[in-house]
Parts: sequence; structure tokens; C-alpha cells
Amino acid sequence: MMTQRQSEGAHSSGPVLSGPEGGALSHHRPRPIWRTSRPLRAVLVGATGAGALAALVWTAATGFVEPYVALAFCLVVAAGELARITLPGHREVAPIASAGAISYALLLSLGAGPLHHSALQVVAVVALGVALGELPHIAVGRGPRVEDVARRVFATALVAVAFRPLVERLDLSGPSVTATLLMATLVMFAWAVDSLTAAVLRAERLRTRLAVAVRDELRAQFATGVAIGSSGVLIALACTVTGLAGLLVFIAPLLVSQVAFRRHAEVRRTYLETVRALSRVTEVGGYVENGHSRRVSHLAHGIACELGLAEAELLELEYAALMHDIGQLSLREPIAAGATVLASPREQRRIAELGSAIIRETGVLDNVAETVRRQCEPLAGDGDEGVPPLGSRIIKVANAFDDLVGENGDAERRTAVLERLRMDTDSEYDPRVVDALATVLSRV
Amino acid sequence: MLIGPYTGIDLCTLVLIAILFVVAESISTAVLTGVKAGISPSSAVSLAAVVLVGPVGAAVVGFSSCFVIRRQSLVKRAFNGAQFALAAYAAGHVYLLLGGTVGEPARGDFPAIVLPYVAAVLAHSLVNSALVGVLMWTLGAVRPPSGGRFHWQPLMAVELTSMGYQMLGLAIAAVWGGVGLVAPLLVLLPLFIARWTFAQQLDETRAHEATLATLCQAVETKDYYTRGHCMRVAEGAAMIARELGMPAERVQKIRYAGMLHDIGKLGVPTKVLQKTGKLTEDEYAAIKLHPTRGYEIVREISFLDEALAGIRHHHERLDGRGYPMGLVGMEIPESARIISVADVFDCLTSTRSYRKAWSVEDAIVELRACAGTQFDPRMVEALVRAVAREGWETPDIAEPPGGCYGSAAAEEVTRARGPKEEEPVVSDTSAERPAASGTPSPRPEGAAEEIAADEAGASADTGASAEAVTGGRDR
Repeated sequence: MMTQRQSEGAHSSGPVLSGPEGGALSHHRPRPIWRTSRPLRAVLVGATGAGALAALVWTAATGFVEPYVALAFCLVVAAGELARITLPGHREVAPIASAGAISYALLLSLGAGPLHHSALQVVAVVALGVALGELPHIAVGRGPRVEDVARRVFATALVAVAFRPLVERLDLSGPSVTATLLMATLVMFAWAVDSLTAAVLRAERLRTRLAVAVRDELRAQFATGVAIGSSGVLIALACTVTGLAGLLVFIAPLLVSQVAFRRHAEVRRTYLETVRALSRVTEVGGYVENGHSRRVSHLAHGIACELGLAEAELLELEYAALMHDIGQLSLREPIAAGATVLASPREQRRIAELGSAIIRETGVLDNVAETVRRQCEPLAGDGDEGVPPLGSRIIKVANAFDDLVGENGDAERRTAVLERLRMDTDSEYDPRVVDALATVLSRV
Repeated sequence: MLIGPYTGIDLCTLVLIAILFVVAESISTAVLTGVKAGISPSSAVSLAAVVLVGPVGAAVVGFSSCFVIRRQSLVKRAFNGAQFALAAYAAGHVYLLLGGTVGEPARGDFPAIVLPYVAAVLAHSLVNSALVGVLMWTLGAVRPPSGGRFHWQPLMAVELTSMGYQMLGLAIAAVWGGVGLVAPLLVLLPLFIARWTFAQQLDETRAHEATLATLCQAVETKDYYTRGHCMRVAEGAAMIARELGMPAERVQKIRYAGMLHDIGKLGVPTKVLQKTGKLTEDEYAAIKLHPTRGYEIVREISFLDEALAGIRHHHERLDGRGYPMGLVGMEIPESARIISVADVFDCLTSTRSYRKAWSVEDAIVELRACAGTQFDPRMVEALVRAVAREGWETPDIAEPPGGCYGSAAAEEVTRARGPKEEEPVVSDTSAERPAASGTPSPRPEGAAEEIAADEAGASADTGASAEAVTGGRDR
């Protein structure tokens, strides 16, 4: 099982992602299996897979200590893995599986007497549970994001390897303040390492800066981390008193947190899907070319990652890019082929202002409205307001590029258009943004 | 024996739990107000007190909630304190009755302790809900559910969630002996995270709703008369769905579908939508495309799932003469049958360029007349019941600002003849109705046909519209 997952993980490109995070532009050259665009991910997945396999073999050879306890935790991990959820930003988490795994790593005793399972056994049990839980998902074609699975196993392994030897040395056997503090410290440490790993993977995937990715990940992993970590410690402590029966009782509350996480993720996804879908009304209405909003949004996303925008700003930029032409709905007649770059500056500004007014109506997207309003201003800005926000400058470049290249522009045309944009960098377009666009295009 | 027993109360533990309880209660309500999911971390603490210090101790802890750090009137404080005290006391006695032991649970107590604890949780929620219910009833804040139908499902969901939280009380009690105050910290952390997530989710939902509504309204700015149409259809469809006793989630989906039902009209050229006069065959065909176009736009919103069919088929008729697919009877998805009724109802009750708005009563009579041929009678009756109870907000559109849309000349004509022509239209259809409902006549319903054209977007004057539709129907 593990070998299969591991080899699968090394070269599959993961589930198909919708939206700009699926890659700046959707042209992928076929690559040979051994050459991946994301080597760090391959290393993590490969190393974790190999480690888990080794632990499994070793444990199977030497025999499981307390097999019933191992089985119980293995089943909890499997159930948690089965109920995994995807949080905003394509982050896959399995709170129950993670909490169960951490509590097994931290388990001191189980009612009767102290437990002496080794760190390798913890890794083996958790990997087995994860594999069991993923099987049904894979069977129905919803394979996991292998790097997230690897991270879950890796974080548990970290806690187990640090904590299990200490149990023997410090002779911990029941709940005590020392044990609790030690557990909490370890869990926090594992959380920090895990977030850092996630940030490295994110930076590699989106081609953004590591410092930005670290901040994004720390923020995004905070809530789940606290819930998982405190529940893991709590279960480990409580099980010393309550025994195995308690495991089920104390996993129940985490179920509620999981429901909360899932609902939140669903709402976020629906929101994004709604804006994506409705951004197409301008296309259906014949105001802009087919797929224009989406292409602009993809380009803008790629450029913004290159320039190191934070996750929240990326989201706002995506909304703004998707809705940047919505002001055209207020026009009586569509302008020729919808290419706003060819319209007169006055007309462009009117469209931007109408669109901004519509977006401001919502009462919740003020930043987006501002970005849309100033999307067509020249580099120095209009009037006294100074330089337009970076988001507006990005959209201006992405929009102009897509308007000029059109739907099926070939490489030659792209280069020509890029040159034309470059010529205007002293007055119209931000040179940094145009450079970033060139980098994004060179990767396609 | 009336109040008791006092044994097993450790003063230090009692004080600590009481402080914890007050803190949990203060923070929780400050974080979230007005959330339907009634989860409170404080009740977990209160139940931990049941295990640790028994019924009387738990009652004391419960009563300490009147010291909560919040701006609150004295009466409210007293009620809350008494409510928590009573609930905890009752839970404590249930716990003792079923053989639970007071004090820090030892290893040997598990799993025998779980059953009395669960019973205590049940008793706690029961007493709590009963007390709150009685209070609400005396204050007149809630009406008794009408028609003997009571929706258990949402309430059950809330209760189950809060019981999941209250199981944490046992965890607090179990680790209290070993690690003391650290335990509640560990326990309360995931709770606050969950509540915080719920709060965020609520904000996102509101933002989503606002964005959706704004975008829908932006799409319909083209026609002055249809302003607010999508929001009213959404409300109407939601009223019907609620009246039919659908679960809240489905009602919400149908509401969104109602909001989006005409989004495909954007694909119909403006000049066709605003054409005055007879529609050519091509133009009518373009109009018939709008449900399909709308479906294509929104089908990626996966959350809507079956409500998407409501957008695609909201112009189907029960007798199979609708479009785009000509589905017959119950082949038409339920959501489409709901939206269709709400759609036409709003059309009738709002002003159009060629006629004035009908009264709600007239519109209901018309809908009833068309039930069975055009509409599902079940949906019509549901709407009638819901409107009778909740009322219906008709748009107040007077005259459009001059030259807002269409050519100025057409505007003048409409303005001049609108009010004059309005009366005959209504009386005309009412005169026809007996014949229509009596026999399946060749010309079943004037108004509904007119609506079909109206809905299709032909804002022609009445005569031309009827002609246009007759032409369309004969094809």
C-alpha cells in the first residue's frame, strides 16, 4: 500500500484545481516522470512514504505492543481521514485523524498501566490508519493531495519521535503539570514545523515568496492547529483516566469543530464559485470576449504571486479581476469586442466607475470596488489621489494584455504585445508588473 | 433531602469552577450574538461541576452566572442565574439517581460513568430549553407554530451540536484531578475556535448573500420595471418552500435559484427585451433560450445542485406547453414549479410598461385559475397560505424617470395609455375566467398567456403582446 502511494505521489499532479491556483496559465508541457516542477514536494512525499513504510515493516517484524490500543487509534485515524475536509486555499485537513494521531503519540497510559509503544509503532499505526481512510476516497476517484497526507503523517512522526523516548526517560505515567506542559510545547513545535513545511510547498506551487507564504500559512493553520493540538493533548490526558471508552467520548467535541470548519469552507467556496460564475454574465451578454474575465483573473493571480501579495490580497484581487468589466452591464450597447483597452480613456473611466459603484453596493467588498474603480488610471494616477493601488495596476496590465492578445494568441503575438506594453511603462503601465507578467509568460 | 446532598463539595474546586464558568459565559456571548447554533461552552463547565461537586455545588456554579461581566439588567441576570442553577441542579440529581458518583472520577469509574453523565446532559438541556421556552412564551416573543406543523429538524441539529459540546464537561472532570486548571484551558480552546469559525462563516454568508443580490440587481438594471424582481421572486419562492415544510438548507437553495432565475436574460439582446410590438419568430426563439443560458452561467455554483434545475425549467408548464423542454406534469423539477409560481405572482403584482400592477387578491385568483394547466396547484396553495400569513411586499414603482430606457416616444405612448387600458384588462380576464376553469377551452387564460409573453420580456402594449403570444403558441 505504502509503496503504491509513494510512487503515485512522486509524479501525479494532484487533483485538478479550479481557479487561478490551478496554475497561472493552463498550458502544461508533458514532462517525463522523473522531472517534476515541484521537487520539494516530491522529496517530502517520498521521504515520508519511505519512512512510513520502514516503520510499518519494522513494527510488523517486531510485533505490535498493546495491539488493541493500536487498533483502536488506527480506526479513529482512518475514520478521521475518511472525513477529511478541504479548507479555503485548497488546504486539506483531517482534524479528527490528526488529533487521534497526536494523542496516540502522546498517550501515557490507559487506565490500567503505562504504555510502552515506540515512536516507530506510532508512525506505522498512523500511516496504516491514513491509508485505510484514504482507500474509499481513492476508490471513488477523489484522491487526496498527497503532500497534505504526507504532512499529516510527518507532523505525527515528529511528535512521536520527540516524545516517546522522553516517556521512558522521565518515567511519565499519569496526568501531571510537567507532562501537560511538555506535550503542549511539543505540539506547538510540531505545528510550527508543519506550517513551515506547508509554506515551503505553497511557495513552490504558486511561485511566490517564502516569507509571504509563511505568513499566509501561519494565519491559515492557526485555527485548525489550535483545535487539533489542544484536542490531541486533552485526549491523551483524559485517556489515562477514562481508558479506551473515553477516546470515543472525547473525539465527539472535535466533530463539532470539524463541522464548523467544513461549513465555513463551503461558504467560502460557494462565494468564490458565485463570483466566478456571475463574472461570466458580461460574456454571455456579449460585452466581452469569451473567457476574458477568467483569463485576466489567472494572469493577475500569476503576476500577484510573483510580486508577493498575501493570500487575503490575492483573493480580493481575484474578485476584482473577475468583476473588472461589470460596469459594462450599465452600457446600452456593448463596445466593439469588449476590448476596453481600445475604448477612449473617458469611456474606460466611466465603465470602471460604474462597475465600482455596483460592487460597492454589496457593502462588503469595498477594497475590491476601489481596485476596480482605479483600474484604468495611468501609472502616476489621476488627480490628487496619487498612485493607484497595486491591484489596480496589475489588473490594468493583465486586462490590456488579454484584450490585445485575444483568445487564441500564439507565442509570437504574445511577445509582440508584451513589447508594446513595455513601451508604455514610463507613463501607462507599472514596469514591475510588466516584468512580472513576462516572468509568468516565460513559464508557460 | 429537599435541597441536598451537601457531601463531596470541595470549596477550592467549587470556587475555581465558578470562576471558570463566569469567564466562559462572559466570553462566549461577547463573541457571538444572534447565532442560531446554540452552543455555549459554559454549559460544558456547568456539567463538569455536576460531576465534580454534585447537584448543590453545580447549582451554586450555575447561579454564579449572574456575576457575568457584561452589561445586563438585574432581572436578566437573576433569570439567567436561576435558570442555570435549576438546570444544573436537575442534571445533578439525574446523575446521582443513575448511579453517578460525585468527585473527581477515578480510573475505575469509566465507562460506567458515561451513562449517568449522558442522562445528566439530557436533563440539563431539557430544563434549560423548557425554561427559555416558557420565558419566550410569556414575553410573547414566539408564536406557536401554525397549522400544527413544527420543524424539528433545525432544532434537533442545534441540540445535537450543543450536546457534543457538553460531553466536554466529562473531559474537564476527568483530567481535573491530574492537571487542575490546565484542563479547562485545553477544553475551552477548541470551543472558542469553533465559535470563532462559526462567526466567520456567518460573516461570509452575509457577504455572499449581499454580493449575489447586488449582482442580480445589476443585471436587471436594464429594465426599469423589473427592478427588484429577482429579490421578490427569491422571497416568494422561499415562502413557498418553507410553507411546504422543506428543510432550511433547501429553502435557502431555492431562494438563491429564485434570485438567479432570470440571469440568462442578459444573453437576450436588449432590443428584443424592450421591443414594443410583435415579436418575430427569431426573436421569440431568442427569448426562449434565456432559461438555458441562465443555467449555463450558474451551473458551476455546485452548492445549488438540484435548485439549478429550477432555473433551467422555470418556464415549463404542467400541460407541457412550456419551454425549453416542454416537460409535462411532475417531470418538471419541484424547484422549477415553485419558482414559476413565484415568478408569475410577482409579475402580476408589479407594474409593467403596458399595464399597472394587479392587486394581490386578483393575482391569487388568476394563479388559482391557471393551477393545473400552468402551475402545480400545491405550490399555488402554499403561496396563498404564506401570503395570507406573512403578507406580500409589492414594489412601489410610480413612473420611470424620463428616458430611462427605450425610446422616448415609446415611453410617451406607454405613459399615456397605461392607466386607461389597465381596468379593461383586469375585468376582461375576470369575465373570461369561469369559461376557462369550466372547460378546457381553446383560449384558456388570457392573463397567464400575457404573463408568458411578459416574462419572456416582451414589454409591448397589451394588444400587441397577446398577438405575439398567440403567434408563438400556434407554432
